[in-house]
Amino acid sequence: MRLEPITNPSSARRIFPPALAIGTTVVIASLLAMIAGANPFSVLGLILNGAFGSKFALLETLNRATPLIFTGLAAAVAFRAKFWNIGAEAQLYAGALMTVLLGTGLLPWPSFPLLVTLAIAAVLAGAVLLLVPALLKTRFGVDEVVTTLLMNFIFLLFISMLLEGPLKDPMGMGWPKSARVISEARLPRILDGLRLHWGFILALVSAVAIWVIQTRSTLGYEMRAVGLNREAAAFAGIPVNRVLVKTALLSGGLAALAGFSEVAGLKASLTLDLSPGFGYTGIIVAMLALLNPLGVIVAALFVAGVFVGADSMSRAAEVPTYLADIMLAMALLLMVLAILLTRFRVVRD
Amino acid sequence: MEILDIFLTASFWAAAIRIASPLIFATLGELICERAGVLNLGIEGIMVAGAFAGWMAVYAGAGLWIGVAVAMVVGMLFGLLHSVLTVPFGLSQHVVGLGVTLLATSSTYYAYRLALPEVTTPPKIIAFQPYEIPLLADIPLLGPALFAQTPFTYLAFVLAAAVAWMLYRTPVGLALRAAGENPSAVAAQGLSVTAIRMGAVIFGSGLMAMGGAFLTMSAFDSFFFEMVNGRGWICIALVVFGSWRPGKAVFGAILFAAFDALQIRVQQTGFGAEIPYQIFLMMPYILSILALVAMSRRAQVPAALMVPFNKGER
Repeated sequence: MRLEPITNPSSARRIFPPALAIGTTVVIASLLAMIAGANPFSVLGLILNGAFGSKFALLETLNRATPLIFTGLAAAVAFRAKFWNIGAEAQLYAGALMTVLLGTGLLPWPSFPLLVTLAIAAVLAGAVLLLVPALLKTRFGVDEVVTTLLMNFIFLLFISMLLEGPLKDPMGMGWPKSARVISEARLPRILDGLRLHWGFILALVSAVAIWVIQTRSTLGYEMRAVGLNREAAAFAGIPVNRVLVKTALLSGGLAALAGFSEVAGLKASLTLDLSPGFGYTGIIVAMLALLNPLGVIVAALFVAGVFVGADSMSRAAEVPTYLADIMLAMALLLMVLAILLTRFRVVRD
Repeated sequence: MEILDIFLTASFWAAAIRIASPLIFATLGELICERAGVLNLGIEGIMVAGAFAGWMAVYAGAGLWIGVAVAMVVGMLFGLLHSVLTVPFGLSQHVVGLGVTLLATSSTYYAYRLALPEVTTPPKIIAFQPYEIPLLADIPLLGPALFAQTPFTYLAFVLAAAVAWMLYRTPVGLALRAAGENPSAVAAQGLSVTAIRMGAVIFGSGLMAMGGAFLTMSAFDSFFFEMVNGRGWICIALVVFGSWRPGKAVFGAILFAAFDALQIRVQQTGFGAEIPYQIFLMMPYILSILALVAMSRRAQVPAALMVPFNKGER
């Protein structure tokens, strides 16, 4: 077989493969639920209901989507330039670390300037952390996939070391947990009584800002050019390495905002389970969004919904929550295939 | 001084060989994929799946070697999925690889929860036991280090030799290497680049799963979450460190494992007790990055690595 580009895809051609991908994911998830001894239809209903069925569920989904928008943007920005930042998990913790370092009383400032400072510090920390793999790539040609992946392990051990050492909360009953940030360093709720903080708004604003950068600025144009064809971009006079470093700084900073938002908005302190893999899940979010920053919002809501829904489904139907991870991995693989099939036709030799 | 003494104990070298064994399997697997032109980032998840599948088969009553075979078949199935998406469809090897890792890991955990719903501590199996090779095991220092390992470890070294022989001394190996260097030339010979690359990814993934199975069936006797813990990513670094050559990659794995065995022992000395244990746990990952940096200039990357091949396209 071989692939032949379709010059003028019909609308059916553009809609059918992605729809089939979603459908297949749902069918496989149902089969897996059946293996676990549950009724597949009730499982899907429970997931939907658990994610969007009540005000509480919806707010939980929005809360879960917040860090995923940041890490999804981090991946989308980097992947667009074909810079494979798989280290969003570490950058998230770098942002959280800065928030805790400066937010637990070191800066006794009023709320607004303090929160702005914390966010900027978090962005810088995440950016600097990703600068290392970026420079290793541009200077030595070291593949960033492996370095960013390995840095996740290194940085989490570093956090663990701090939490059992200098950052350990003396009031923490022996748990490896930092002190809580002061009340001025907490992101306020958007509306009184609603369990949703300003981190969500910050995430939406970031998505729009990235969209503007990508579509309306020279940097965005350069990042796309570098991603499409590095040699051609260099030939056209684009400073490829400098663009890659800028992309890395932007991507690392975005991932770090997830850590800032989780600590300042939700958890108040730093623990080793602050992120249940938000950094990795961001990659799925970005791919499902086709690397479009505004699409990231929708994809993050979908992915967060699957996780929150699966949590509540698991309690009710006794199907392991890992069903959610399987569904998302399947959706990722089938979706990249489906997108290809909207543009190419499979021809037999 | 006590640190230098460590190098003179047979148990240190025995540990190094033991720690190297799963890395050798998985590194060889990744090397075969990359030599054919496909980066396989599914390695981490495939190792998890292999670790579980082999162990589960033995726990369910199969023999140890059957368990190894089960792990290999499971790995090959994930390899099939990876290769279908990356070779004929030519999808991004980064995205597909990470997707396969996520899928393999999550479906393994799902299967584990279904198979053993109520357990808090995972059950143990009777794992591979050390087998002392007659005469050779009696050599001082070297004997207990090299020749009193489990049969699974011996298999790792036999396999390394077999892979090197296959790559450099057989037509299959030539075709495989050519598919990673100059696929058009392979196609011009009337061979199918697609078939060669898919075969390489499927076989390589089988080896990765065996590396995972080594953890649950020889190094330990039980399956834990997070047990692979980045070993797959380290193996990708080892392939680069070994400049895509099996002999060098095995040497790299042993060197790396020796450092790992060393850090475990240094931790237990008076000097090591004063350093946070996390520093020691970081060492393998830091070493991998340093190895990548050190080899980056000299490594001979397969020319068509990560370049999809679409027949008829120029």
